[in-house]
Amino acid sequence: MIRTLLDVVQRNGLLAGFGIIAAIVWVAYLISNRLTRGRVHGSAIAIFIGLVLAWAGGVATGGERGLADVPAFAGIALLGGAMLRDFAIIATSFGVEAAEMKKAGVSGAVSLLVGVIGAFIVGAVVAWSFGYRDAISVTTIGAGAATFIVGPVTGAAIGASSDLIALSIAAGLVKSILVMIGTPFAARMIGLDNPQTAMVYGGLMGTTSGVAGGLAATDPALVPYGAMTATFYTGLGCLLCPSVLFLAVRALVG
Amino acid sequence: MVIYGVGLLAFCTIVGLFVGDLLGVAIGVQANVGGVGFAMLLVIVGSNWLQRRRGIAQPTVQGVAFWNAIYIPIVVAMAAQQNVLAALSGGLAAMTAGVLAVFACAALIPAIDRLSRKDPAAARAAEPVS
Repeated sequence: MIRTLLDVVQRNGLLAGFGIIAAIVWVAYLISNRLTRGRVHGSAIAIFIGLVLAWAGGVATGGERGLADVPAFAGIALLGGAMLRDFAIIATSFGVEAAEMKKAGVSGAVSLLVGVIGAFIVGAVVAWSFGYRDAISVTTIGAGAATFIVGPVTGAAIGASSDLIALSIAAGLVKSILVMIGTPFAARMIGLDNPQTAMVYGGLMGTTSGVAGGLAATDPALVPYGAMTATFYTGLGCLLCPSVLFLAVRALVG
Repeated sequence: MVIYGVGLLAFCTIVGLFVGDLLGVAIGVQANVGGVGFAMLLVIVGSNWLQRRRGIAQPTVQGVAFWNAIYIPIVVAMAAQQNVLAALSGGLAAMTAGVLAVFACAALIPAIDRLSRKDPAAARAAEPVS
């Protein structure tokens, strides 16, 4: 009977993937609400659980595709693969009003550019100082320091290996979690108590889940302002990192 | 129709990735250069144009909203299939990159905030509506 069940699960891999991910998200939000009182956003915990399971999958099978190497969980590879990932990320830009982009004004645009390029440079320098010397590694880790989306999108675009992509996700995740937890504490210091600053903050930090979670814990009224600029951050990062910034890195490190 | 929204999204995605691939060939890197970003721009411009022209029907929006909402779960699935075991050997690098990026960018917030406050139009536009 177990065998028949496994057979059905494997034949319907994508559906099994939806079920598994739903269970992970459910547990993550339970942890978020009960243990952290919503301070750490459920999505960040869910991604963290995903990485832990990927680690467990790697230990169990010795493969390179994390949990997806376990036959019963192979559908996760399809759900989290490049096609659906790009599709869903692109969907988040729907309904962003061009007029609102202008409303964010000069400060929003400047903060976005400085935020993406600044995070990229920091990440790239760290990668270099940890002994990564080739353009693809340095660029992928630099992009990961932007967000955990920009990292893998960039890595996939320029042909980085899976362990590098995992590293870039980890860097982005550290950033997201730190922003989420740290924002309420840093708010007073950086003057984060008005919409204008919230937009600058969203543009500089960029991690949508981190910004949304951090602002919600600081002042829920500020969430839409920060989230608005943060939404553009990932797009800008996906545009700049695999193109201009990758070429710049390649010109520098050869 | 829900399928119109999904179709619009699929169209923009494929065109964006196509442009990204062409750009990659043009500059001689065997890669997709900014395809996702181009697709996002296309979606923003396209949805705004349609909205202005005759509005977007609710079912069409639903076709996009589902994929918008499923984005974090897909990222979870993406995380679950990464080679974390191999990445852990460089875990300190990831940690350092993430932490330093946050501190560097946070330190810049007051400076950029001040920069724009000299522009009264932007400051007014940033006031809450209600």
